Amino acid sequence: MQVEQLTRRYGDIPVVDTVSFTLAKGQIVGFLGPNGAGKSTTMRMLAGVLAPNAGRIVIDGNDLLDQPRRAKRAIGYLPEQPPLYRELTVDEQLRYSARLHGLGHAASCTAVERAKERCGLTEVGRRLNGNLSEGYRQRVGIAQAILHDPPVIILDEPTTGLDPIQLREIRKLIRELGENHGVILSTHLLAEVQAMCSHVQIMNAGRLVYASPLAALQQQSTSLRIGLNAPPPISNLVELPGVEHAEALGDGRFRLFHAPDFVPYRAVVEQSCTKGWDLWELTPEYADLERIFVELTLGEKATE
Amino acid sequence: MFTIAGRELRSLFLSPLAWTLLAVIQGLLAWIFLLLIDDFRNLRGRLVGLENAPGVTDLVAAPLLRIAAWCLLALTPLLTMRLFSEERRARTLDLLLSAPVGMTEIVLGKYLGILTFLFGVIALIALMPLSLASGTSLDFGKLLAGLLGLGLLTTSFAAAGLYMSTLTAQPGVAAISTLGLLLFLCTLDVAGIGRETAANALSYLSLLRHHDALLLGAFDSADVAYYLLFSIAFLGLAIRRLDDSRLRD
Repeated sequence: MQVEQLTRRYGDIPVVDTVSFTLAKGQIVGFLGPNGAGKSTTMRMLAGVLAPNAGRIVIDGNDLLDQPRRAKRAIGYLPEQPPLYRELTVDEQLRYSARLHGLGHAASCTAVERAKERCGLTEVGRRLNGNLSEGYRQRVGIAQAILHDPPVIILDEPTTGLDPIQLREIRKLIRELGENHGVILSTHLLAEVQAMCSHVQIMNAGRLVYASPLAALQQQSTSLRIGLNAPPPISNLVELPGVEHAEALGDGRFRLFHAPDFVPYRAVVEQSCTKGWDLWELTPEYADLERIFVELTLGEKATE
Repeated sequence: MFTIAGRELRSLFLSPLAWTLLAVIQGLLAWIFLLLIDDFRNLRGRLVGLENAPGVTDLVAAPLLRIAAWCLLALTPLLTMRLFSEERRARTLDLLLSAPVGMTEIVLGKYLGILTFLFGVIALIALMPLSLASGTSLDFGKLLAGLLGLGLLTTSFAAAGLYMSTLTAQPGVAAISTLGLLLFLCTLDVAGIGRETAANALSYLSLLRHHDALLLGAFDSADVAYYLLFSIAFLGLAIRRLDDSRLRD
């Protein structure tokens, strides 16, 4: 899936401004952004629900605007609010959706069974959508999006309203989906992205301000957190080779900032042995998403 | 397309609305039917001597169908109001829009669903005059023309209602504006009575006028074309409107 220069305006205000990115099979891209950053609008355009003012979306070689039918067949979309008919049962809803996506009668039956199993819905097949709890509705929505086995799955805030156990199941499901499909999901929870995604993209005020594979973030640590039972004065720690500055966290814990290419763990361990600091914790801390996120989204506001 | 029509029909019957409408319209028309038969029995004595006397079809079936037309006028807006406004409100429209189906198919599917229901209503209404066939002889040509007229009339009601429901997310608003539009179109010919040619042209646009001709058994292809064009125009507008909404909201 390829997105080029996607732009959408409401009146004169650009809500999504020249967003471009690509999504390949096996990637799970997390869209992060504060509320109103244009995440949902982008998602809706990708799903073909909204028409963009400018730009191109190409899915599997089919342009979404020129060949909507073929392109849409390759998309599974879960909107912010799962689109369920209150008066239908879960089975009916899923079967209807399967037929809508061009599956034959037999094919849709097996697809419904498989999707129900994957999303843990086998128990509630005969219940009415209207009577389901929020978490189950969300799951029916996800089942609906993966029914026809689309290469691209677009999930708009898939984890809202789920309890921690359901959350874990859904995360697992999404990671599984990511193995054979391209998944895009939007969220405003950083933890979600860290738990599920292979790539992260941060949107702010309609622009894509950051895009990176998550793995790149985790290769380099920028600080070490240590815990000492008999801590020396903090000035001793700053003098360790490679440590740029240190921060006391209380309870004998310290954070040592260092240059990304040199991790001073060896010095810490050796010194603690020879000087009897009694080291009990040593954790590398990675450049964390939260800092990047806050810097990017708040930094922009500060300069305005 | 048929999938959408089937879903639409299913949802209709899962809501009490459709059943209530069926019961009310059936009860009301049965009552009127009985009144008409009673009238006819009283008149029969005087009709015997007349040459070319109007028969059962003219005196019972035709008025019944005319009243049925007014009933459907009032009731179709209540059925069509949900078509798109409800989907918009429940956000289920996104499912249709992101599915690999064209806008035309969505509109036609929904239209087909609602028409199937309305034709069912008409079939039930038709049973009443048909039940007379066991006791007397009917003019089937006239009856058929009348029913065809009623069918065509409801197709245009439904098309107008469908368009109105694409305009708003409030089913109530859609129902009231449909009712207003239909009433206006049906009473256009009142303005035409006794006036000059301009008014005549106006009255030609009236929805019910063309039905009257069919009730008298006069099958004019112009009347049929009128209804079909009317429906197609509104369905076209609905498709345009939905396409447009992808750009605007």
